[in-house]
Amino acid sequence: MRGGGGMLTVEGLRIEQGAFALTADFEVPKGRRVAVIGPSGAGKSTLLNALGGYIEIAGGRVEVDGQDVTDAAPDQRGIAMLFQDGNLFPHLTLAQNVGLGIRPALRLTEAEMAQMRDALNRVGLAEFADRKPGDVSGGQQSRAALARVLVQAKPLLLLDEPFAALGPALRAEMLDLTSQVARDAGATVLMITHAPKDAERAADDLIFVEAGRVDPPRAVAEVMADPPEALRAYLGR
Amino acid sequence: MARHAQPINPWPGIVAAAFVVTVVIAAFVGIGQRVEATSGLRIAEWQAVRFTVWQALLSALLSVLLAVPVARALARRRLPGHRVLVTLLGAPFILPVIVAVLGLLAIFGRKGWLNTGLGLLGLPEVSIYGAHGVVLAHVFFNMPLATRLILQGWQSVPAEQFRMVGQLGLSPRMVFRVIEWPILRQVVPGAFALIFVICLTSFAVALTLGGGPRATTIELAIYQAFRFDFDLGRAAVLSLLQLAVAGAAAVLALWILPPIALQNGRDRAVRRWDAPAPWGDAIWITFAAGFLLLPLMSIALSGLAGLSYMPLSVLSATWTTIWVACVSTVVLLALALPMAAWLAQARWGGAEALTLLGLVASPLMIGTGWFILIYPYVSPTAFALPVTALINAMMALPFAVRILLPPMRQVFNDYGRLSMGLGLRGVSNWRIVLIPRLRPQIGFAAGLTAALSVGDLGVVALFADPDVATLPLQMYRLMGSYRTEAAAGAALVLVALAFGMFWICDAWGRRHVDG
Amino acid sequence: MKYALTLAAMLGATTALADTPVLTVYAGDYFTSEWGPGPVLETEFEKICECDLEWSTGDLVPRLLLERERTKADVVIGLTSDVTAKARATGLFAPHGQDNSALTLPIKWTDDTFLPFNYGHTAFIYDETTMDAPPASFDDLLALPDDIKIVIQDPRTSISGLALVLWVQAVYGDRSAEVWDALSDNILTVTKDWSASYGLFTDGEADMVLSYTTSPAYHMFAEEDFTKKAAIFPEGHYFMVETVGKIAGTDQPELADQFLEFVMSRDFQTIIPTANWSLPSALPKADWPEGWTELPLPEKVLFYSETEAAALQADAIETWRATLSQ
Repeated sequence: MRGGGGMLTVEGLRIEQGAFALTADFEVPKGRRVAVIGPSGAGKSTLLNALGGYIEIAGGRVEVDGQDVTDAAPDQRGIAMLFQDGNLFPHLTLAQNVGLGIRPALRLTEAEMAQMRDALNRVGLAEFADRKPGDVSGGQQSRAALARVLVQAKPLLLLDEPFAALGPALRAEMLDLTSQVARDAGATVLMITHAPKDAERAADDLIFVEAGRVDPPRAVAEVMADPPEALRAYLGR
Repeated sequence: MARHAQPINPWPGIVAAAFVVTVVIAAFVGIGQRVEATSGLRIAEWQAVRFTVWQALLSALLSVLLAVPVARALARRRLPGHRVLVTLLGAPFILPVIVAVLGLLAIFGRKGWLNTGLGLLGLPEVSIYGAHGVVLAHVFFNMPLATRLILQGWQSVPAEQFRMVGQLGLSPRMVFRVIEWPILRQVVPGAFALIFVICLTSFAVALTLGGGPRATTIELAIYQAFRFDFDLGRAAVLSLLQLAVAGAAAVLALWILPPIALQNGRDRAVRRWDAPAPWGDAIWITFAAGFLLLPLMSIALSGLAGLSYMPLSVLSATWTTIWVACVSTVVLLALALPMAAWLAQARWGGAEALTLLGLVASPLMIGTGWFILIYPYVSPTAFALPVTALINAMMALPFAVRILLPPMRQVFNDYGRLSMGLGLRGVSNWRIVLIPRLRPQIGFAAGLTAALSVGDLGVVALFADPDVATLPLQMYRLMGSYRTEAAAGAALVLVALAFGMFWICDAWGRRHVDG
Repeated sequence: MKYALTLAAMLGATTALADTPVLTVYAGDYFTSEWGPGPVLETEFEKICECDLEWSTGDLVPRLLLERERTKADVVIGLTSDVTAKARATGLFAPHGQDNSALTLPIKWTDDTFLPFNYGHTAFIYDETTMDAPPASFDDLLALPDDIKIVIQDPRTSISGLALVLWVQAVYGDRSAEVWDALSDNILTVTKDWSASYGLFTDGEADMVLSYTTSPAYHMFAEEDFTKKAAIFPEGHYFMVETVGKIAGTDQPELADQFLEFVMSRDFQTIIPTANWSLPSALPKADWPEGWTELPLPEKVLFYSETEAAALQADAIETWRATLSQ
């Protein structure tokens, strides 16, 4: 009854929120980076939050890496997610924030400490380990969040526009870093974006969401070369 | 189907609430066992109900109305000694009632500073005695609480919003409409309901300043029924009536609370760009400081004079008092934290009204009910202190939950998903997220409880062991044996202790906020 | 909770030695505090009884009503005349077994259940340095100018407040409402208990306070302050008495009897005036402690028996309340 070896399988997913309803049926193969694109209010965030286990769903199944996670708690789904904001606890140092990705009890062994330092190193924050989020720049906060994703080592990474507030250059840099982090962790990525350029730069596939309808992923280049009507309207072409 | 995921299991909170409800219901059951023929409510009691509701409404209204400009001024200004001032302005709320009344009389009484001043100017005397005296005293007690709650709301406005205000060059009126009014709408109804309920159950104040039987409160009628007429049936009916009035008020206030609109911000220091000409704020701060601090000063002065008369043995009660206060505080936190976590995640906050149970069900009634229940099995004397600690904690519960709830909601909103995604559950979530984020409010609530517990005579007087005395009890004993000066000295010790315990907890809470 | 129990057990253990019999006496909180008569009476009684006297404090009658037959009390001390009817109705008390004719009260005492151990009278106390023309009679009191302020206690919560209401009833009868009306401008406020009123008086808030004829004794003998006086009225003063009673179901009947005997003894009677600031119930005036005979006391004493008081009380309080509420 289930699709072949995809990393993420969504079957008959239904979300109902008052007058708004969203249905989705798609599969994402392992290792792909998928951009989720669509107009505001189409349900992109809702879809990701449902996959992450943060909102109630009305029906359907979600499978991650072959496991049925429909009813699993957010941390038991094999998913790491970055939100638009609130990705770091302001009262903890960057090191502690990253450490939480390894062990939620925050008591790290020597080896885990090394792992945490390594992650900070890889995002270029080695010397900021003991700073708190409020004391570093927006870009550095994003890097710290990515470092945590790195140590979380989940097979699926969901990005709900965590870099939206950054400037274009910085955002591009973060997207590259994300791709690198995902590659290093062997993770599959779903990222919401508004900018087709971002999708072209950092994604292999593209999912178009409009008015509660979710198109299955197709290769970015393919879609961009010949966008369907609705996407064309959204892209303003 | 997946249930809605929640960062903190609501069940401990529900259990805590059920515990509070059980304690109160059990007390009623205990009393119910002994109800004999009751004379029912007489005209005097109905008049008491009317007066009680009227003065509570007026007191709550004035407290909140005065607190708004004071809180606004305090939020806008950074005066030298700002923190000390904010702490001191909170003091009247934690003063033992009897001590506070003495302080008020030293200022507003017949021989007080105000009338002495008026006399020097050849102006007629102002009398504090009467219904207005009751209201004045209630405002004195509760305006600090209202100020603190409203100030807390103001401080929850993210720095970003004020930056935006600065950028847009909004007029104070627009700032009020855009930022302040929405905050007030969230904070004021809760504060109003809480103060209304406090004033509803007031007893000692109304009596000393009330001027006569016109100012009789329900709580007095309960006391009379219990201790003088020993008509448990009437006492229970009056208690239920008080519960109903308070409950109605609470539910109404929580009902009109708007849906919680939360705001995001990063922990940045607030810098205000919108502060208008300073003199308006200065007037309000001066007014509040004068009204709230002068009586404190007079207590300190007469207390210092009385210290030399005070037998040192009074101090032996200090340890008992501290012990009871610490137990009260621990019990309070064990009840309030899970309840706040439950309520913060609940869709409708109306269940918050449950926290008022302990405050509204008169302590006398809970104490007596439990006495009846416990007595057949063990000596109630052995339970005098634990029961006192429990009742003190329950009386502080509504304040604590009111203080904890808004920021708790904020934390769940801002970091709930992050916590869940990281698997921060139960104890880990409390340790790593909630307690650090709520530290100032936890410190404040704990300090409040400790201080209220220190100052409360409580049910310990109902069945105390003569060898185990608390400070307020010692103070009453001194007053009861003509030793007024010594009692003033003991009052000062009491105030110092209440204040000290409050300060320790509050300082713990605020230690990391400014850093 | 467990810790509390252990603590309580430890506290209990220090006093209860294995084979010393224990006499449990219920008393008011004021009575047993270190500033009340309790500690010295305990020492004196333990010298003669070879027992351990344990005070247990609280509200006497409510407590007895709650505990009933299960009460741990052997003796109850401090029952005032307004509660003896309720206490008697519990059926818990046995005859006191002492000779009422040895009493030296200003009224005749015939009750064989409740034995008086001290007494006083209601009176208004003033400071002679601030009050030039103290009232010489109750009628004078009613005619005081409005700026002379009196503080009284609530008859619904305080024994002295109740005594005042009965006092007015005894002096003026059906004219009580007029009396309260005349006094209403002078009444500064009504407090819950005696100590709050007295505090207002000593703080200078009130010119006169409802208290006892024996109150000046405290100032005279403990503070050497001779300015506080009781205004003595020829209309008479209401009699206030405190009694002691023996619980019928006591497991220490001999000790209880011995305690009642002790109450009537010279030792007890000479201690009580300065320890409780009141007059001894069974001690000829000649034997009163030094200076006490100079205390001005009323010629005429008014008193309602408990049955009379019970019949009058509710209406008298309601008259007070209704008139002062206008």
